[in-house]
Amino acid sequence: MLLTAIFLIPLLAVLPAVAIPRIYGWLTRFIALLATFTSMVLSVYLLFTYDGATASPAGYKFDFNTTWVSLESIGLNIGYHVGVDGINLGLVVMGAIVAFAAACCSREIRSQEKEYYILLLLMTGGILGAFVSLDLFLFYFFHELALVPTFIMIGLWGRGEKRTDAAFNITVYLSFGALIALIGLVMLYIQTGAQSFDIVELTAITQSNPIEVSTQGTIFALLMFGLGILVSLWPFHTWAPQGYAHAPTATAMLHAGVLKKFGLYGLIRVAIPLAPKGAATWLDVLALLCVGNIIYCGLVAIRQRDINYLIGTSSVAHMGFVFLGVASLTLIGMTGAVILMVAHGLLAALTFGLSGWIRSKTGTTEIDKLGGLLKQVPFIGTALIMAMMAGCGLPGFGNFVGEFMVLFGSWGTYPVITGLAIWGALIVGAVYMLRAIRNVAHGPLDEHHARLRDADGLSRIAFSLLIAGLLVLGIYPRILTDKIKPSVGKIVTITKAHEKEIKPSKAKTVAVNTAKSEGKNR
Amino acid sequence: MNVLLLSLEYMVVLLAIVVVILDFSLPRTRPTLGYLSALGLAVICFFSFTFQIEDGMVTGLAGQTHVSLAFGGAYVLDPTALWFKQFFLIAGFLVALISIGYSRHIESGLSEYYALQLFALAGMMFAASANSFMLLFVSLELITITFYVLVSYLRRQVESLEAGVKYLIMGAVSSGFLVYGIALVYGSTGTMDFAALGEQLDNDLALAKSTMVQVGLLLIFGSLAFKLAAVPLQVWAADVYQGAPAPTAAFLAVGSKAAGVVLLMRLFGSVVSDVTLGWEKLLMILAALTILYGSLCALPQRNLKRIMGYSSIASAGFLLMGFAVMSQSGSTAILYYLFGYLFTVLGAFAVIGVIVKQAGLEDVNSLAGLSQRSPLLAATLTMAVVSLAGVPPLAGFFGKFLIFKAALEQAVSYPAYYALLACAVLGVLVSIVYYFNIIRAIYWSKNPSDLSTIPVSGPVRFAVFTCIAGMIVLGIYPDPFLNIAGRAVAAFSL
Repeated sequence: MLLTAIFLIPLLAVLPAVAIPRIYGWLTRFIALLATFTSMVLSVYLLFTYDGATASPAGYKFDFNTTWVSLESIGLNIGYHVGVDGINLGLVVMGAIVAFAAACCSREIRSQEKEYYILLLLMTGGILGAFVSLDLFLFYFFHELALVPTFIMIGLWGRGEKRTDAAFNITVYLSFGALIALIGLVMLYIQTGAQSFDIVELTAITQSNPIEVSTQGTIFALLMFGLGILVSLWPFHTWAPQGYAHAPTATAMLHAGVLKKFGLYGLIRVAIPLAPKGAATWLDVLALLCVGNIIYCGLVAIRQRDINYLIGTSSVAHMGFVFLGVASLTLIGMTGAVILMVAHGLLAALTFGLSGWIRSKTGTTEIDKLGGLLKQVPFIGTALIMAMMAGCGLPGFGNFVGEFMVLFGSWGTYPVITGLAIWGALIVGAVYMLRAIRNVAHGPLDEHHARLRDADGLSRIAFSLLIAGLLVLGIYPRILTDKIKPSVGKIVTITKAHEKEIKPSKAKTVAVNTAKSEGKNR
Repeated sequence: MNVLLLSLEYMVVLLAIVVVILDFSLPRTRPTLGYLSALGLAVICFFSFTFQIEDGMVTGLAGQTHVSLAFGGAYVLDPTALWFKQFFLIAGFLVALISIGYSRHIESGLSEYYALQLFALAGMMFAASANSFMLLFVSLELITITFYVLVSYLRRQVESLEAGVKYLIMGAVSSGFLVYGIALVYGSTGTMDFAALGEQLDNDLALAKSTMVQVGLLLIFGSLAFKLAAVPLQVWAADVYQGAPAPTAAFLAVGSKAAGVVLLMRLFGSVVSDVTLGWEKLLMILAALTILYGSLCALPQRNLKRIMGYSSIASAGFLLMGFAVMSQSGSTAILYYLFGYLFTVLGAFAVIGVIVKQAGLEDVNSLAGLSQRSPLLAATLTMAVVSLAGVPPLAGFFGKFLIFKAALEQAVSYPAYYALLACAVLGVLVSIVYYFNIIRAIYWSKNPSDLSTIPVSGPVRFAVFTCIAGMIVLGIYPDPFLNIAGRAVAAFSL
């Protein structure tokens, strides 16, 4: 029930928001803040009660399962099944924090506030719902709730002349990815013959009675590319920087921070354990493509002159590390990938929140026109420097932990790619992030911005929350790693058992590597 | 013959006659006739839900009977027929409400407008029960001929007249096909009754594959494709939707299409399965072509009603895809899709009717500023196009999901369905562009010229709220409706 409440409160808050006359914009805003705040408090409560809760036989806690739609004659069974384990726990907490932060950063919206907050609540409820679902249909259904709000928000409250193009681009791209993934999901349903969309049940069935190898390959490819498009897998990433640059602050925060993690979560939760033999063949391709994310998008980010585009492209580059961790199929690598998903969610929300603040106060996001912000607006300046540092992997922030573990885990499987990734992270990442710090935070202050006032209360709360999250994760990663490890361990064991049949040599290195990493794991 | 079986049709016809009589005997009642017709339909609709059919036993408020056939076996009241009758009644009721809101646009003969709608509705309800080619033909003609008039009702507008003429010509051609096809089938089998025909063709495969029967059935199929607005007889749809008054176009989109669907379902379900005919490939190709034609042609359009016309063609493609699948899942999906389509399309046309009246323009740009002029209409149209595009959480998504799932089930044994699915995915993607372009026009058009509030009359408001509720409920709580649809098609071998 706790999980249901976390995503249902924002969705139910839509009803009073619809009912309130539009002249009371502040009331709608208050409702949105209250709903996202409640949901955040509940999710933090979830984090701290997680250890004490009883787990279902499959290892999910707060498990709740009931039938939603069922028709015997056509073999359709859709359950309302929610639950958390280590993998989605962090994502739910992160999603709820980002949602509240996004609601706090919505001051810039001056017109049609009612519609705006309705859409924001829909988006929030949808994505939180997707993360707690343990039923494939539900999982997809909730994710797609965000599609229309994203489109309208970018178009109506977005920035720049080309926002209509950006809105269409992001919508068509994401629908394409989602449709491919949907076909993969339905194929899974049909091929297992389970007549159920329940992830737990499907995992059990595919264990004892695996799908035919070639079909597994097709399914995995469909899921990998479908979900990959949703995560901006290179070369299907062009929607992301463009869409985020034109989106209003809160939309960019939610989308880049939370929604994008849906595809990665789907890969870890659905694609790999349910089609392990398909994974064994296709993960190499994923590892190759992620070099595109890390190196190519990193180099593209260096060339950006607009802080929004810079952040957008670098967020695409960061996705490469998560892909690498997933592709490594080692305990430490995948744990790192999950940590990185959470950390990046907080980071992306922080950076887009800051760039949104800068844009709404200074009227520009061009790096050349900014400068000296640290002196004029110390809070924003400090937050920006911390965010940029976290982005290039400074120890002490959550991203460092995640990237470090990913590189550790993937070394055994893909040494060359890992070498390239390290170069991409340390050199390329540092170049654009440090340059951005120099040009935006330091240097002479542009005279137009001499009267700039520092962040107001709500923005301070939002940014402090996000930074605090990053720091907690960086200093005390065990808060999540201890919970993630057993859940990821199951998936790695399942997959490796199958991998041995396909690639004996590779499985050996992986096994050795995992044994090593288990010893070292903090 | 049992009165109970035909009571729904009788009541609709009676209502139509009452409307016509009141019109000339008590002219003062004219403005209220629309309300009378809507109210009457609401009552009949309520009455239709008291019917229950279990094990061949028909139970209604007026009694019960074991007989389910009438007119010497030409008419049957089975679960499918009942489902479609209820469907048509809901559609008719909502269209009547929309027509009341639209009535100031109709210069003369307003009461006939309502009456003709009721006659068309009666035709659709007979079509739902057609159990022989005779009733099939008669009911289709009743629908088509009333629509010739309904389409050209705005007699001072060239577009409306043009639409009427086009519909007349195409309709006449398709009726010709139908009669010719029936003659060929009758000539080679000697019966018009669906049950007898089905038995004969099942027992004698050579007969089913004979040229005469095949050509005959192909012609019949063609004329039903005309009703559905599917390739190869889809060309009329865009022009007719554009020219016809909004309520007519709405009724055409929902009612006339569903009549085609129920007859196709009878044809392939109880007369002769397309597997027997070896028609899976034909249906697959036609479905793919219809989806692609509808979606691609809608892309460059600017006229709202024309976009709806092409979108209706694309939807016909998805329905045909359900037929091409030939399974219980396919036919259940078709029914569910149709039910969602009912609320979606009527919601869209309710809004379009009001806006067109207000702006005098049918261009997409006439939607500019709608989100400020009338948030209710803006939200309804947005939800309608989102549902048409097949995005959760609205009705259209679940319908499309069921159709995709049915096709994927078949693809396991027959990989050609993957090609069909690829076309469908392409169609959905393209459709997202033109549907979302409508959303763009609603929310962020450049310099809206007029920002005055648009008044929405009571009946239209009621229709709009019903459609919104329908779209949401069918989208997030599909279980009961899916089960009803499943039971309604359980008897078919599809």
